[in-house]
Amino acid sequence: MTTLLAIDWALFTEKLILIVIIVFASLGIALYMTYGERKVAGILQDRPGPNRAGPFGIFQPFADGLKLIMKEEIIPNTSNKALFVLGPGLAMTAALMTCAVVPWGDHLEIFGRKVALQIADINVGILYVFAVVSVGVYGIMIGGWASNNKFSLLAALRGASQAISYELAMGLSLIAVLMTTGTLQLGEIVKQQMAPGHLWNIAYQPLAFIIFLVCAFAECNRTPFDLPEAESELNQGYHQEYSSMKLGFYLFSEYINMFISSAIMSTLFFGGYDVPFLNESLLSPNVAALVGIIALMAKIVFFIFLFMWVRWTVPRFRYDQLMNLGWKKLVPLALANMLITGAVILLWFNK
Amino acid sequence: MQTLKSSPPSGDRGMQALTNRSKILERKPMTFLESIYLWNILKGMMITFSHIFKKQPTIHYPEQTRPFSPVFRGLHVLNRDEEGRERCTACGLCAVACPAEAITMEAAERLPGEENLYREEKYAARYEINMLRCIFCGLCEEACPKDAIYLSETFTPASFTRESFIYGKKDLLIPDPVTKPAEFAAAKGIKN
Ligand code: SF4
Ligand code: SF4
Repeated sequence: MTTLLAIDWALFTEKLILIVIIVFASLGIALYMTYGERKVAGILQDRPGPNRAGPFGIFQPFADGLKLIMKEEIIPNTSNKALFVLGPGLAMTAALMTCAVVPWGDHLEIFGRKVALQIADINVGILYVFAVVSVGVYGIMIGGWASNNKFSLLAALRGASQAISYELAMGLSLIAVLMTTGTLQLGEIVKQQMAPGHLWNIAYQPLAFIIFLVCAFAECNRTPFDLPEAESELNQGYHQEYSSMKLGFYLFSEYINMFISSAIMSTLFFGGYDVPFLNESLLSPNVAALVGIIALMAKIVFFIFLFMWVRWTVPRFRYDQLMNLGWKKLVPLALANMLITGAVILLWFNK
Repeated sequence: MQTLKSSPPSGDRGMQALTNRSKILERKPMTFLESIYLWNILKGMMITFSHIFKKQPTIHYPEQTRPFSPVFRGLHVLNRDEEGRERCTACGLCAVACPAEAITMEAAERLPGEENLYREEKYAARYEINMLRCIFCGLCEEACPKDAIYLSETFTPASFTRESFIYGKKDLLIPDPVTKPAEFAAAKGIKN
């Protein structure tokens, strides 16, 4: 009995510290993504962007956050109160939960102890990501439905159907990737890509990456697929009735989603914490881990910039165009990609 | 027949194009590659990317200001003559001319011994312009027979209260050129 209940306290504290660091790092990064977004938007539109709060406006996110917190907290009296509060919480939780399976780096060696820089290297890593992302849809659904506002409800319906449609193409595109990797474990996928003589997955599965990228835009509700937040038709979208920090949670979870999906894309297709043309095993493990984290962050920052770059280039799709693209273009493409990959593996590599 | 070629097909109430600049839109169904949108989005992204290197036309306002044209109609000044006497004679023509009814005044008679203060026998004891009503049309300036009111090349600074936008004589009067020549020159602006 005692052995069953025994807890590896060192592991427990190590993971706890890691969780706290990653959660706060995600929040901090999301905070500065709002600033980055405004800066990128400004620069792409030939204007300076926020530049008043502190040098280059770097305190702007804190000013924004303070503003949101100071706003009056309104719960409409016709709303379903419990669900109304649950909505943003769920969106935020789902957004943060995904970072549990992302390998942020190889391991550190602290006092002779190997500390993996991944909270949980579970063998269903990608499935877990999918499951949690799907839960994120409930945040939008519940928030929109509980507000008891027809615009919110319409936006929530749109959000749900959009997310479900694009999850399909996303999953199908990933099956092709999984066929080449042969594992769902994210840590393992990165290790494969790091192995000498093995290229990043983007080289084997470019089409899958493009489909995944498009779907990631849709899943994060980013322009050109930000139909749940289409101001021109739905006033403000599913968070119309929200104010103060509950609204902040919704806006924030969008940025965290973007951060996490950038991390997942880097991990799946761009070698995660792998630095190209560098043999990490020659470095001491701590240095290698640090270099790896920096490499992963650089990739993530690039993808985040891509998200913003696209947002400030492309206008919003019409809803029927969105559905057409999802069901009639991306799903067949992903299926074709999957079949071709399967055929190639079967005919060339499986003799 | 240019116009015939560019005019839309019949059933359009026989409208004829006035110029040949109208562009006929081809509505071909999209090819598969077009319907994926990726190529066109990529082209658009290149355009936005090139804007990173463009010069920003922003004027960082409180630190930098935009140069005004010499005929800019900004904040009013009440003028003085060369001897530093107020020119306004409180005739009320500016108030009559004002389409926004922004000007009010109270006239007073010049007493003996005040000849060094007021140019005319009657003067404005109170002269107020409500800058929130004023539309800066400059009609007061045109109406004035005494060259007493001018619109300067500055604008009304922002404020938190409505009262502070009612400018009285002490806000409007230009500094005395005799006793305060430096301030007078500054108020006039270096250009004049
Ligand atoms: S500028 Fe026009 S609106 Fe303003 S006070 Fe003069 S006449 Fe009136
Ligand atoms: S400013 Fe000119 S028009 Fe107006 S009351 Fe004085 S003298 Fe008359």
